[in-house]
Parts: sequence; C-alpha cells; structure tokens
Amino acid sequence: MAFALLSSQIVRAAVIAFSVAMLFAPAKPGAAAPEPDPVANQDIALSPQDLGLLNRITWGANPSSARALAKSGTAAFLDQQLHPPKADRLPAHAQTQIDALTISQTPPAKLVIDLEQQRRDANAIADPEQKRQARRTYRQALAQVGREAAARSLLRDLYSPDQLKEQLTWFWFNHFNVHANKGNIRALIGDYEETAIRQHALGKFRDLLAATLHHPAMLIYLDNNRNGVGRINENYAREIMELHTMGVGSGYTQADVQELARILTGVGVNLTSDDPKVRPALRDQFVRDGLFVFNPNRHDYGDKTFLGRRIAGSGLKEVDQALDMLARAPATSRFVSRKLALYFVSDNPSQDLVERMAATFRKTDGDIAAVLKTMFESAEFKNSLGTRFKDPIHFVVSAIRLAYDDRPIVNAAPIQGWLNRMAQPLYGHQTPDGYGLAEAAWVSPGQMVTRFEIARMIGSGSAPLFRVTTATEPSLPHAPRIADDPSLTTLRPPLSPQTRQALNEAISPQDWNTLFLASPEFMRR
Amino acid sequence: MHRRDVLKALALAGPLTITGRLYAAPQTSTRLLVVFLRGAYDAANVVIPVSSDFYYRSRPTLAIARPNPADPNAALPLNSDWALNPALKDTLYPLYQKGQLAFIPFAGTDDTSRSHFETQDSIELGQALNGTRDFQSGFMSRLADQLTDVKPIAFTDQLPVTFRGGPSVPNMGLNAVTKPGVDDRQAALIKGMYRGTSLEPSVAQGFAVRDQVYETMSAEMQDASRNAVSPRGFELAARRIAGLMNGRFNLGFVDVGGWDTHVNQGAATGYLATHLAELGRGLAGFAQSSGSAWTDTVVVVISEFGRTFRENGDRGTDHGHGSVYWVMGGGIKGGRLAGAQVKVEQASLFQNRDYPVINEYRAVLGGLFGRLYGLQPNRLQKVFPGARPKDLGLA
Repeated sequence: MAFALLSSQIVRAAVIAFSVAMLFAPAKPGAAAPEPDPVANQDIALSPQDLGLLNRITWGANPSSARALAKSGTAAFLDQQLHPPKADRLPAHAQTQIDALTISQTPPAKLVIDLEQQRRDANAIADPEQKRQARRTYRQALAQVGREAAARSLLRDLYSPDQLKEQLTWFWFNHFNVHANKGNIRALIGDYEETAIRQHALGKFRDLLAATLHHPAMLIYLDNNRNGVGRINENYAREIMELHTMGVGSGYTQADVQELARILTGVGVNLTSDDPKVRPALRDQFVRDGLFVFNPNRHDYGDKTFLGRRIAGSGLKEVDQALDMLARAPATSRFVSRKLALYFVSDNPSQDLVERMAATFRKTDGDIAAVLKTMFESAEFKNSLGTRFKDPIHFVVSAIRLAYDDRPIVNAAPIQGWLNRMAQPLYGHQTPDGYGLAEAAWVSPGQMVTRFEIARMIGSGSAPLFRVTTATEPSLPHAPRIADDPSLTTLRPPLSPQTRQALNEAISPQDWNTLFLASPEFMRR
Repeated sequence: MHRRDVLKALALAGPLTITGRLYAAPQTSTRLLVVFLRGAYDAANVVIPVSSDFYYRSRPTLAIARPNPADPNAALPLNSDWALNPALKDTLYPLYQKGQLAFIPFAGTDDTSRSHFETQDSIELGQALNGTRDFQSGFMSRLADQLTDVKPIAFTDQLPVTFRGGPSVPNMGLNAVTKPGVDDRQAALIKGMYRGTSLEPSVAQGFAVRDQVYETMSAEMQDASRNAVSPRGFELAARRIAGLMNGRFNLGFVDVGGWDTHVNQGAATGYLATHLAELGRGLAGFAQSSGSAWTDTVVVVISEFGRTFRENGDRGTDHGHGSVYWVMGGGIKGGRLAGAQVKVEQASLFQNRDYPVINEYRAVLGGLFGRLYGLQPNRLQKVFPGARPKDLGLA
C-alpha cells in the first residue's frame, strides 16, 4: 500500500496544533465551547491526509471510524474496507432494528407474491367503497415495505464498519438503477439492493451484472418481462449496453441492441406461485428461481449475431454468452472505471487514471476491489481528497454521522424526507441513467438553499430521529454537540477565515451547528 | 426512406430560411417557457394523422377514431389531415381554435440513438451532432447570453442540462414550497461563508429566488382560500410558473415526465390520455394565469423523439424518431400545422418504423427565436452553431 504513514508522534503533534488553531472564540455565552482535551482524543488523531481519506471512503468521518483507522493504520484499514467479512458486523442496536423489519422476517418471494395477491384481491372486490379501502391498504403495505428497505440501507450507511461496501452499494444501485414507483417494484427493491447489488458490491463485475439481470426488479423496470419472440421489447437490451456495460458511442450498433433483445427473449418474472404451461419439447429448458423465470415458449431460438459473433440459439445459455462478451469488452472496462473515478476522484478523471483502472479491470476479469485499489493508490486520488462536492445523501449521512456518531437513531423517516427534498431519494430516480455524479448536478441555487434548510434541521436537532413519533407524543428536540464535543474538533476540515468569522457570530449551539453544517468546508469530502 | 431527398425537395419548393427577412425591434417583453416532455411522448396519438389509412392499420388497438361530433372518444379536427387527442378538448383545443396554438409535425433531432438520455442531453445541449460535445453548454444558456434584460430560471429540482454554462441560473422545483426556516440573519452569515468561493453566485441567487418564490406562494395561498378546487401536480406548478414569470423571470424551463409508454398506453382513454389531460390543464392554466402577459408569451413543447408508428405487442409503443412539437402563445400565428410535411404512409416512415424528422429542432427553434427576439443570423449561430434557422412564421 502506497500511503505514506507519518510517525504517530508527528501525527498527534500536528493534530493537536490543528485542533488548537481551530478553536473558535464564542461571541455569546450561548455558543460557549470547551477546549478540546488533546489527551482524550489521541486515539482518533489523524493526519490531514488520513482524515481526507476517511471522509472519502466512508459516508463521513466520525469518532468511531477515525478510531478504527487510527488503530489499524491506513494500509490495513483500506484493506479491511476493500475486503470486508462476508457477514455483516453492525452494532447490535442497528442489527436489532434491521432484524425486526418485515423485509428481514419474510422471504422476499413470499412478500411479493402475497402483496401481488393482495392487489388482485382488492381489484376483484365488487363494492366500490370496500374496493377503495382494500386498494388503499395494499398501497400502504407496499409503501411500508419500501420505507423499510430505505431505513435498512440508511442504518447500514450510518453504522456499518464496512463503509466502503455500503458506499458502493449506493453506487452500484445507481449504476443499475431501478425506480421504486414502477409497478410493484417497491416490494422488490430491498431484495434487489441486498441480493443483486450489495452482495457483489466489491466482487466481480460479471457477477454483479448477472445478478441484476436475474432480478425481477430489473426485468420489470426495463420491461424485459414483456420481451418475447415476435413481440420484441428492446428497452432492457439497449440500457444494458448503453448504461450498464459498454457505454454510448463505444462502437455497438442498433443491430447489436436488437440481437441482444432477441437473446433476452423469454427472460422474465412470475409473480404467482403457478408455473406457466410449457410445450413438452421445451420443458427441460424451463427455469424458475424464486420469481425469476426463463420461459422457453417466449424465447427466440434462432441464431443471433451479437457484437460480430455468432451465438447459436440455445436458450438461457445465450444470455451467459452475451454477458461474458459484455463484461469482458474493453469498452466496459473503461466505461465502468471512468464512472468509479467520477464518483471517487473528480468530475474529469484523467485518461491515464481511467486507463490504469481499466487495465486492472481486464487483468483481474473485473475484480471491483482491485480496480478500486488501483484508484486509491493513484496520486490523482490522493490529491483530490477533500475536494469532491457531496451529493445530497453524502451531505445528510455525513452530517448525522458527525453529529451523533454511534448514538443510534430509531427513526429514519426524516432522513428519507430530506433526501426527497434534495431530489435524491433512495430508489427514486425515474430513469435508468441514475443520479448525476458530477458536482454540477447538485450545486444549483435551489439545491444549495434546500441544503441549508436541512443543515438547520439537523443542527437544531428538531427532527425526530431518536423516537418514532406519534400524534400525541411529539419528539423533543435533541441538538447534537458538534460545536463543543471535544472529539469532533479533530474531525473538522481546515476552516476558512470567513467560515470561522460566521461561526463566531453564532448565537447558540444550535445556530453554530447549522452554520457549520452549511459551511463550504462541510460540503466537500 | 430517402429523408435527405425529401429535405432537398422541400428546399427547392420554397426556401423557408430567414435570409433577407426584416426584423422587428427586439422585444424585451417577450416571455419564453420551454416545456420538455421527458420519456418521448407518443406524438402520433396526440396529433393524429386521421387522413392516413396506414395509421389505422398500424395501430389496431391504439388508434383514435376519426373526428365525429357524436363520439366523445373521437379525435378533434385540426385540418383535413390531422386531429387532436380528445383528452385536450377543454384545455388546448380552444387555444388552437383561437389561433394560439400550432403544431410542428415531423420535428426532432437527427440523433438516432433512440436512447432517452442520450437524446435528451443532445437536444438540451443543442449542439451540432458531428462534433465533440460540450456537456457544459446548453442551448438555453447560450440563448440567455444573446439577450438583454434576460431573467432565466428552471422550474426543476435540479438544474437542467440546457441551462449549463454561462452565468449561474436559479432553479426551483415548485411542487413542495414551504416557509423558509433559515432566517435572514443566518442567510447573511451563510452568504458570508461562501464569499470568494466558486459557489458564491449560486448561494446568493438561491436565497434571492427562495424569497421571491415564497412571496409568490404567499399571495397564491391567500387566493386559494377563495378557490373551490385547488389545482394539483403539473397544473399547480404551471400556474405558479405563470406567477413567477410575471415580471420576475422571462426565460423558463420546466420538464414533465412519464411519457415512456411501452405498455398499455390506452387510446382516447387510459394512461396516456389521463397524463395528457393533466398536461393540457397545466398549459391552459399557465395561459390563463398569465393574464394580459399571455400576448407576449410563447410556450414551446418538445420531447426527445417520437415513438414507433406501429403499436408493439403490449398495446404500447417503443422508441422512435420524429415527434410533433407545439408552439403556444397569445400572439402567435397558430391554429395550423406548421413546417414541412410528408404524407403519412409506410413509404414515408424512417427506417420503416418511425416518423421521419424533416423539421430539425435546431433549425425550427433557431427560426422561432430569431423572430421572437429579433436575433440576427450571426447571433443565432451562437445559440445553435452550424444550424440553418428555418422561419415557420409562427411569431
């Protein structure tokens, strides 16, 4: 690992000096903050470079993650992040909350089939009023499943020690985006995130691609469940090539899209417990795995020519051949590497960096952790630390991580609401291109003022994060102690004179928090 | 299909370029709103080629019946060849009859990727297709550069591609506006922190627009108590846009999604008709709420491409090519189908599946902007580099 490790003495001396320099003189007694205790903070003292790294590869530095990095050292910490243990190691409070969710307690296929049955039953009711009620109950159940998935995702972002894995889960979900509002995808979204995306987030790209292709959420979202012989629907075929693998303008043609659509005929879903009728001659070709179905009756068994190669008509095997070609296409290695660099390095990653990552991609047959390691070790990555503008989810999650560290939230609904207001809800991007990753997507005037409003809500502690609210028992405000918690002063980025001046004029700790979370320095990672 | 030949024939038949035309003095009072229908709306079922038997053969379940006053599901006649989807009967059809709405068939881009994202970006950027793309230069941003006293705004949650480049343009989605919690003192301190940073203009403008929008909303909330029915969705947003464009802004952009109808899109009723009716209520509401300023207002409705002319196996339509663009306004010369046309039959389809594009959007919009703002050809070249503006006489 190429990260230079300073000797621990130098690090501590530097950090203590830095912390003292960052002390602010409160203008009013209300904003008074005690001086940080350097001794108490020795275990989370990090060099500016390590702090920058921590802010980049996690959802935001907080005392627990700083402690973990300081304890294991940069190289070992990165290695753990790139190769997390298979089993989750969330703190008990977060795991208990996740275990209690319906989506954790019900097998995904059963959940979907039951909800689908509930929808059909509701629609079959003759009495208009009863029907209206039943449909409403169904919609509420569906919405609840979606909220649970988002809550689970946010709990992991906030508390999992395997932060890089959780960040990549967001990244790959966005890369293989599906939209919760289409059809009943909301019922499938948690399982899609968990089994198609998260389990492969640091694995092989080929496995990730195949897992999304075999998931009913993707097949419904991009209409491949409607793609059958003689009734071609090329929507999914096109997006696989354009958005998931090779990228627009990389050399494939409309004919390749059409041929891939033919290859994908018959790949679909079945949301009931009954299997379709299949002609006896093709019965051994039929595949069912959970809700995924390959129906040979709907497959075009003619030969295809895809990306210049002949693929003999053979059923589901053709899909594997096509995926092999797509995952190994040089264009894919570049397209995917560039997107990772866009997310983790800058709006304009150099051709050189992208090529080196792409070379690793090809050499390792698409090993995502290896590609990331190439990127993390580059000078370009290290020089970029602290400069990447946070998108809304980084902004919100990093603020809560910093403000509350591992104090467990029990209600993720306010966070989901904030992400909505900043136009980046989980599972809420309508089109398959996913949310924009460039700074320009998030710095518009409207975005900025909304962000300040949310900084105020987090800073004042007015949102009910620590209690599930009821009409009769509203949550009491609980302001975080960003200003005066000694362990947090060491986790602050260097602040400009203007920012320090504004903070000096804060009239209360809540006001100080708001201004700090709204500062230009806090907007970058 | 010999699209280029059609174009050549049209050029010979009667040049529609703006060369040599006299311009009126620049109209600074002009207000322009561009509405982008994201997802590629099914133009052939909105402005319907009712004189084409091929249309009825191509859409066995989706076709909308020829005009018939006795049939509420029949199309509404625009001229002898075209008719309007009946979902727009009470909203946009009256505007057409008053000459305040025109349709430009066979409109769109020469980009044939048939990808939503690729084509939306390409149209919003408005650059020539045969060069490298600059993703930081949208055509509305370049248009704003050429105008004096221009006050641009995007009524969207995120700044659209078309407004990238040039000075910072404010944006504000209008469906959820609440009273600001960050007070004036905090706003001043926050602006202070951003002084000298790259985000300073964005932050300053954000607070300014926030205050203006809230002011407009407050007035609207007071009005609302006197209205029996309060509008929702796009209609609500469109009426708010009219309020904000009343003096504060004069160059706006808004987008409306939900047009990607691959499955069960319906015909005179159903999904597309319902969605279209909401769009119609919004645009008619915008016209109404504009009041006397409607005379100086132009609304342009565009979409990334059309859909397959034939219906697919799922009673829907797939990604196609040519679309139909709309131009509305109190002072436009509408009530007609404008621009070049071809007979709608199998032989005129592009790649035997879609409407051709014979009214290229950069030429058409360039011609319109030239008329609207009195922009000379050299300035129009800045807006749409390399395009040959085509004046359809709409403004």
